[in-house]
Amino acid sequence: MSVSVRVPTILRAYTGGAAEVATEPGTLREVLASLDASYPGLGGRILDDAGRLRRFVNVYVGEEDVRLAQGLDTPVPSGVQVSVIPAVAGG
Amino acid sequence: MTAPVTTSTTTPLTSGPLTSGTAPSRLGNASHLSCRECGATYELGATHVCAECFGPLEVSYDLPAITRASIEAGPHNIWRYASLLPVPADVASGPNTEPGWTRLVRADQLARATGLRSLWVKDERANPTHSFKDRVVAVALAAAIELGFKVLACPSTGNLANAVAAAAARAGIRSVVLIPADLEPQKILATTIYGGTVVAVQGSYDDVNKLASELADDREDWAFVNVNVRPYYAEGSKTIGFEIAEQLGWRLPEQIVVPVASGAQLVKIDKAFRELAALGLVPETGWKVFGAQAAGCSPVTAAFEAGHDVVQPVRPATLAKSLAIGNPADGPYVLDVVRRTGGALAAVTDDEMVDAIRLLAATEGIFAETAGGVTLASLRKLVASGQLDPDAETVIINSGDGLKTLDAVSPTLPALTPIRPTLAEFAALEAATGEAGRA
Repeated sequence: MSVSVRVPTILRAYTGGAAEVATEPGTLREVLASLDASYPGLGGRILDDAGRLRRFVNVYVGEEDVRLAQGLDTPVPSGVQVSVIPAVAGG
Repeated sequence: MTAPVTTSTTTPLTSGPLTSGTAPSRLGNASHLSCRECGATYELGATHVCAECFGPLEVSYDLPAITRASIEAGPHNIWRYASLLPVPADVASGPNTEPGWTRLVRADQLARATGLRSLWVKDERANPTHSFKDRVVAVALAAAIELGFKVLACPSTGNLANAVAAAAARAGIRSVVLIPADLEPQKILATTIYGGTVVAVQGSYDDVNKLASELADDREDWAFVNVNVRPYYAEGSKTIGFEIAEQLGWRLPEQIVVPVASGAQLVKIDKAFRELAALGLVPETGWKVFGAQAAGCSPVTAAFEAGHDVVQPVRPATLAKSLAIGNPADGPYVLDVVRRTGGALAAVTDDEMVDAIRLLAATEGIFAETAGGVTLASLRKLVASGQLDPDAETVIINSGDGLKTLDAVSPTLPALTPIRPTLAEFAALEAATGEAGRA
């Protein structure tokens, strides 16, 4: 089993237009690193220069906002979906 | 404002029916979109996220000279400020709900009760669906039509749902509204009545918002007003600030207390004050902006008190559902505005909120929704803590109508004891209660 990652439109230039890509389970940090290895540059759009989640990106493991879980240390088991979503909210 | 417009070379613009190079020219004096994080600029279009850093985009303008007289000659609704919004110059002539120009109420009795010298309530109940959301939706709808969208949609805590469904009905287009399934019954009914699609989602507002963000990425001709047309939508809240200044006689208040959910309203009222001062329409006086949150959902207040500039999300637990956004997108900008102006943030309990709703009703005849109660209760807390100056002229926002949040106050109000229609029973009731009509 692998992990599927939903990629928002603004990042699909890195995935050849694919809206969903597969990678291996691990912590979220490992998942993002493996994505960046497969799609160079993608990780730098999600993490800042210090390796933290960018302020205006939300990442969900399943339905869980990782900022409410263990951040980049959140476990990403097989079969779960990771979603990367721009942070906008209101009302 | 002065940065040249460039087109991103890394990726096409985000979701929406338009692509780069087909930007509309009918968005008034709006000139381009700029990233609030990194400053990258984009042509006006159906995009809301910076392709460089995920930062939110904001509308910038190339403003001509604007006079008080030209504004005063406009209609008695938000379109009197059309030249300061990203909308066509003839926006007022199309079918729309004509929101705005709500009362600024001089609240002398409330001022005495709270120990303030001069207090005003900007009362947003008089909008077409009884909250300030009609303003932002009207601007979003006007821009969405120009941008080529076919459906008006939103995730909502209730007030926005009402406003979107009504505005779409008036404009003759389809609406799709996503709400948390546990929303107040009044707000659900006041959305479904307009005949659009309403989807109840199991989960919190933040869960609903996640689904909406994914749908906005998937349905290219759907304008989610507060997601993919958010740069335009949010500008509508400036009209609250414009009206306050005009209604005060073209000057700015010294202090203003604003409820904080996503934080956009607070940030845009501050932007309105800055624009009016820059245009010379009001004297350049200082103002302090204060934010109000419910203790059960106060991530921005917590960040303010901890000295942080990022906001750690929370799981909301408050009766103030219109403020129950645990991951507020504009939170960092609220912190910027409050700190820049010398204001503060406060968080109040649900009991303090209900007390404040009753105080506002009893002193000024204004029945506020829960967000208005949170705002007044926060004012009291800020006065008590010495952070808000009781001698400085202060405005508070009542963003919506108490008739939509009856459940919050009904347990605290006395039940009535019916009498037969005789003078004797009336007199007996008076004797028993000390005042007629109360149990």
